[in-house]
Amino acid sequence: MEQLLSNLALGFGVALTLNNLMYCLIGCLLGTLVGVLPGIGPIATIAMLLPATFTIGDPTASLIMLAGIYYGAQYGGSTTAILVNLPGESSSVVTALDGYQMARQGRAGAALATAAIASFFAGCVATFLLAAAAPPLAQIAFKFGPWEYFSLMVLGLIAAVVLAHGSVIKAVGMILLGLLLGLIGTDVNSGLARFSFGIPELTDGISFVSIAMGVFGFAEIVRNLEQGEAREVFTNKVTKLWPTRQDFRDAWPAVLRGTSLGSLLGILPGGGAVLGSFSAYTLEKKIAKDSSKFGKGDIRGVAAPEAANNAAAQTSFIPLLTLGIPPNPVMALMVGAMIIQGIQPGPQVMAERPQLFWGMIASMWIGNLMLVILNLPLIGIWIKLLKVPYRFLYPAILVFCCIGVYSLSNAPFDVVMTAAFGLIGYLFIKLECEPAPLLLGFVLGPMMEEHLRRAMLLGRGDATQFFTRPLSATLLFISLVLLIIIMLPAIRKKREEAFVE
Amino acid sequence: MHLKNPKDFWAGVMFAAIGIGFAVVVKVNEYPMGTAGRMGAGFFPFYLGLLLAILGVAIIIESLATEGGPVGKLAWKPLFWVLGAVVLFGLIAKIAGLMLSIVVLVGVAAFGGHEFKWKEALLLGVGLAVFCYFVFLYGLKLPFPVWPAFIEG
Repeated sequence: MEQLLSNLALGFGVALTLNNLMYCLIGCLLGTLVGVLPGIGPIATIAMLLPATFTIGDPTASLIMLAGIYYGAQYGGSTTAILVNLPGESSSVVTALDGYQMARQGRAGAALATAAIASFFAGCVATFLLAAAAPPLAQIAFKFGPWEYFSLMVLGLIAAVVLAHGSVIKAVGMILLGLLLGLIGTDVNSGLARFSFGIPELTDGISFVSIAMGVFGFAEIVRNLEQGEAREVFTNKVTKLWPTRQDFRDAWPAVLRGTSLGSLLGILPGGGAVLGSFSAYTLEKKIAKDSSKFGKGDIRGVAAPEAANNAAAQTSFIPLLTLGIPPNPVMALMVGAMIIQGIQPGPQVMAERPQLFWGMIASMWIGNLMLVILNLPLIGIWIKLLKVPYRFLYPAILVFCCIGVYSLSNAPFDVVMTAAFGLIGYLFIKLECEPAPLLLGFVLGPMMEEHLRRAMLLGRGDATQFFTRPLSATLLFISLVLLIIIMLPAIRKKREEAFVE
Repeated sequence: MHLKNPKDFWAGVMFAAIGIGFAVVVKVNEYPMGTAGRMGAGFFPFYLGLLLAILGVAIIIESLATEGGPVGKLAWKPLFWVLGAVVLFGLIAKIAGLMLSIVVLVGVAAFGGHEFKWKEALLLGVGLAVFCYFVFLYGLKLPFPVWPAFIEG
């Protein structure tokens, strides 16, 4: 406990410097600004703003800003979900159900405030949890051999499949495809340039910014243009921001339940914000005495999922910071960003760079506070932004994306590559192949190969250790069970229903 | 032949083709496979490619037995103009400078929208260029050439 407090004190010392506070603020603002735009989820937002963080020399500041962008984007998505019924990404889908109905009943203010307060509360709890759980987990991580790492990644990828929409088998395909794409470039062991086809730029591998921005940014723009404009914004001024006393009484227990559920699910590999909000909503509906109001503007239907997705967003940093393994695509982007800053994510970060580690954690709490303070008064601006027609928005998004990608290496190659992934991403949409598992596979590909090679080398070609080492065997066993469960026809049907809902 | 589940069918074809492609590249370029204890550069990608190919074939087979929606028309217009504008931006950015490149990007991308109004596109392009000048060049100090090469010299 004392250790925890001194760690947090160190963190706040770092996070509260004027410089870092400013980057946190900029991150939150930019994240919300882009996240509010309809059709742009956190992944696209982070991919788009990532290059802006590279220009900051200090890794701590740039990761603080990046984390700010992340929960800003998350929060912006909820705003859009409530006001326009156009959730930017899947974790706000649930918020749109009751939030939008509340907005239609003229209670947009109460819905937005509830979302903000629920998120803030959940963020505080989850940040504290992260600070408390990270050191012991990192200790365990030091005991991990390559077998355990490999098996854990298998579990993470399988879990990502469970969460992907639509066909399970296609999601597995997307993972394998992502793993393969991740292998493009120079092999670290032999120095051989693989799959580069004589193109010098490809020997460094494909930039994950190109993939994320192409598949989640450009492809979405094309899809939005295809669908045409159909937006109904609640233009009438949002008045009466503060929820009533009855609202508070209804929402509190839901916030508590959402927070606990979200914190728990965020840690799991493959978990994260989406799973958190879906499960929290389902739970609320199950235990409510009168569930008939859900879907018609029940405040609990806003409070619980919002708390859950924010808690999960926060706790999903735990596996990233302690094991170095991203549990979901957003964290995969974080890995990429850390590596570009010269930091190899893993248990050693906490020991070697305590300033960065605890500074980032403390800044998460500050960022959450900033979001509440900033966003309630800024709602008017976000509403104005939502009223801007798409024909003005998409060229602006394109410009920022292009500048971002171009500045990666100041050469045309990355931009052209991103455009190519835009085309590929559009085909994925047409073929109903969910792209999120691909991104996760892409980041994990080289890591998996590395650990597999190391494990086989240590075992002198003997693969049985994957099954005889208890921890590794357990992880693989859980993956297998998961895979069998979702392949079962009965569960499959249920899962489809859950996503349709 | 009538496809019952074209979306899945073509997804399967895509996976199978890419998987085979990766495996073939490993073999054609003779990436060393190594042994189980000392894996070469070709080992992991080869078997991963093979796995993807098998999965693709499985998806194809499954698609023949299930019903599913059509792939739907591809939106060639936005696809061409939006992505074309991006590629063009990448190619001219260094020569034309950021200001002109942004105007071109916005102008070309605007063709992909539902209605094209050149005045609107031009205004938007110039506005964004000015905005980006202050944010990216003046604020973040990104190393971009501002004006076309023949002006900057």
